[in-house]
Amino acid sequence: MKRRDFFALLGGGIVVLLDDEIYAQETGGPRRGGDAPAVPLEIGAWLHIGETGVVTVYTGKVEVGQNARTSLTQAVVEELHVPPESVEMVMGDTDLTPFDMGTFGSMTTPRMWPQIRRAAAAAREMLLDLAVRKWSVERTTLTIADGRVSAGDRSASFGELAHGEKWTRTIPASVPLAAAADWKVAGKSLPKVNGRAIVTGAHKYSWDLKRPGMLHAKVLYPPQFGAKLISLDASAAEAMPGVKVVHEGDFVAVAAPEVEKAATAVAALKAQWKPVTAAADYRTVFQYFKQTAQDGAAKAKNLTPYTIAYIAHVPLEPRAALAEWEGGKLTVWTGTQRPFGVRSELVQRFGIPEERVRVIVPDTGSGYGGKHNGDAALEAARIAKALGKPVKRNWTREEEMTWAYFRPGGLIEVAGKTAPDGTITEWEFHNYNSGASGLHSPYHIPGKKEQFHWSESPLRQGSYRGLAATANHFVRESYMDELAENVKLDPLAFRLKNAKDQRLCDVIVAAAEKFGWKARQKTAGRGFGIAAGFEKGGYVATCAEVAVDPKTGAVKVLRAVVAFECGAVVNPEHLRNQVEGAIVMGLGGALFEEIQFGEGKIFNNRLAKYRVPRFADVPVIESVLLDRKDLVSAGAGETPIVGIAPAIGNAIFDAIGTRIRRLPLMA
Amino acid sequence: MNGGPRGVDVDADRTLLSVLRDDLNLTGAKFGCGEGQCAACTVLVNGVATKSCLTKVGAVEGKRIVTIEGLAPEGKLHPVQQAFLDADAMQCGYCIPGMILGAVALLGRNPNPNDAEIVIGMNGHICRCGTYPRVMRAIRALAGNGGRA
Ligand code: FES
Ligand code: FES
Repeated sequence: MKRRDFFALLGGGIVVLLDDEIYAQETGGPRRGGDAPAVPLEIGAWLHIGETGVVTVYTGKVEVGQNARTSLTQAVVEELHVPPESVEMVMGDTDLTPFDMGTFGSMTTPRMWPQIRRAAAAAREMLLDLAVRKWSVERTTLTIADGRVSAGDRSASFGELAHGEKWTRTIPASVPLAAAADWKVAGKSLPKVNGRAIVTGAHKYSWDLKRPGMLHAKVLYPPQFGAKLISLDASAAEAMPGVKVVHEGDFVAVAAPEVEKAATAVAALKAQWKPVTAAADYRTVFQYFKQTAQDGAAKAKNLTPYTIAYIAHVPLEPRAALAEWEGGKLTVWTGTQRPFGVRSELVQRFGIPEERVRVIVPDTGSGYGGKHNGDAALEAARIAKALGKPVKRNWTREEEMTWAYFRPGGLIEVAGKTAPDGTITEWEFHNYNSGASGLHSPYHIPGKKEQFHWSESPLRQGSYRGLAATANHFVRESYMDELAENVKLDPLAFRLKNAKDQRLCDVIVAAAEKFGWKARQKTAGRGFGIAAGFEKGGYVATCAEVAVDPKTGAVKVLRAVVAFECGAVVNPEHLRNQVEGAIVMGLGGALFEEIQFGEGKIFNNRLAKYRVPRFADVPVIESVLLDRKDLVSAGAGETPIVGIAPAIGNAIFDAIGTRIRRLPLMA
Repeated sequence: MNGGPRGVDVDADRTLLSVLRDDLNLTGAKFGCGEGQCAACTVLVNGVATKSCLTKVGAVEGKRIVTIEGLAPEGKLHPVQQAFLDADAMQCGYCIPGMILGAVALLGRNPNPNDAEIVIGMNGHICRCGTYPRVMRAIRALAGNGGRA
């Protein structure tokens, strides 16, 4: 959007543009291409106060259940002294919001949240300036509360003050902010701002959207990954009334006014595919990682191997996109964590300029790192273009669990030595394929050796909540217990002996105290485990209690205590909700989630075959939040997940004396 | 349908879920799996929680259907909806309409469920965001008065 467009679109009022020069420095320059926009290149967010007093904030972040819409609203309420109802948050619309890299890596809170507070603070100062000018009063006599500015017996709403104005101010992202200790609303729990729309079913997800004349589409996927189409007989599908077939090279799709009809039509396509030979299956893949390591495998012989299965994100809303072409302009509604990334994919695919593509992201039925790209958007746009009608592409569960991407599997090899007093003296750690996040031990180990090896992946893989930090923490913290066992030290004491980072010690102690670690009573079939770590600016320690069925070996997690410290707490209730959510999701990957594949196929791409955590799996979860008002707030959607798997693995060892060196533990 | 008669002229073999969503524009019932595993598509049929993805539309002719849109009169909230809000029992919210209707049905047949009964009653519902403890809290808050606040 161009500067002159603001007021045309929004009407009069005041606008604050936030110039994010910090971001520009980090990325080495401006981040928007296309014809020179009139707004500065590094705008991170903007805020408008209209003549009706409505405050509208524009940010390229999206809401995927991590509660950004509420926490960002809170930032505005705090600085502007307005009721939350008068704040509207426009998110993830590439025509209206500033460029944003994407909603991932727990960056919304550390990066966007202070930006929006700054923009709101600047708008507050502008309102006060207006009151000074209009009333000719001293600034110090003004008060601001509940969406009004007052001085003595004079009082005006924000809308009245902004009336007739067309005033824009650009502020740097570096202006100082109120200290966390002075926060009023931020730091307290504001109820979810769109909660009512959710409980009444009014909120429209991508899956729910419609346009007049819209067709539902299905894509013909090959029976194996990478198989090429040899021949196609579409005559049966084409003969069905209302059905249209699109065939462009290897890309085959059908569209119909009803979902069921599209499904029948795609099933009626007769296709021949050239079979492919798959490189590895879900059992052989770990050796395959080692064989294909780009920089060669580790030389050391004494390493202990652990394996990590591929898992699926299973967002409850499968990917979906609605595409519409109008006058050469493409609009796509889709649930993605990277609206601008998806726009780039579309720009490239169709060879049209950025201004002719608009991506709009409705608040999405979760992502967990799984919705970074625009697969459904590309499909819908392609079919819509070919047919000249709006097209809906709603993925089914099987499609979501086959054609999206997976959390990488990995092979991790580890070795270490301990002095008799429990000090770790040697540490060697190799991660093949799963990733480098959380690779480095937060314990004090001089001379430690840690390496990530790139390997070939037989499956398409990508981001996932916590990335590889889950895998790396699982192995590191399991092996920490192996070392502790060697010198017969209590796992808690062993960790505290080797932790020098005070923030790490603090979470470990906090979790152990809340859990009652020292007073724990061992009984047959019961076990206790502890694990800790550091990732994305947050420290976490997790204690777990498990019961293991002596006959079946089935594991039930009875209790989990999480101590979490991510700097100054923004919204404690939602932080607890995120911590609980991370523990529940982490239980699945810890205990039973595993993508089984081979011959270029996924064998368990349905919820009947792929178990995810349910009510009956949930332990008692207690969280201890260490609120460090003196530290910058870090994001919280990811880090709490990393401790649960090793805490459970360690508890299983404690219960039955068996060390399980794989995720999932119950495979 | 949601308190009044509603006629549709569709193939009786289609699923109730797709007719609700595509023909009647009631998108509160969600698609999560299409195979009866997640209960995101739950609606009430004669007061019984029913997975609309596995229900043929022909099978519900003449029956009382309540979807999340019809649970409370316009502008009002049902006590179960209010309890979910109070317990902050939602993240992305995609599972929540189904959860709420599942909870309404559970409290309808057992007005005073204990924790174990809530788990059994709700275990067919998947919340991938992991709000289970919050949902438990919401239902617990209503136990003892049959879903009446
Ligand atoms: S969509 Fe009906 S049970 Fe999942
Ligand atoms: S709140 Fe996201 S699936 Fe339940």
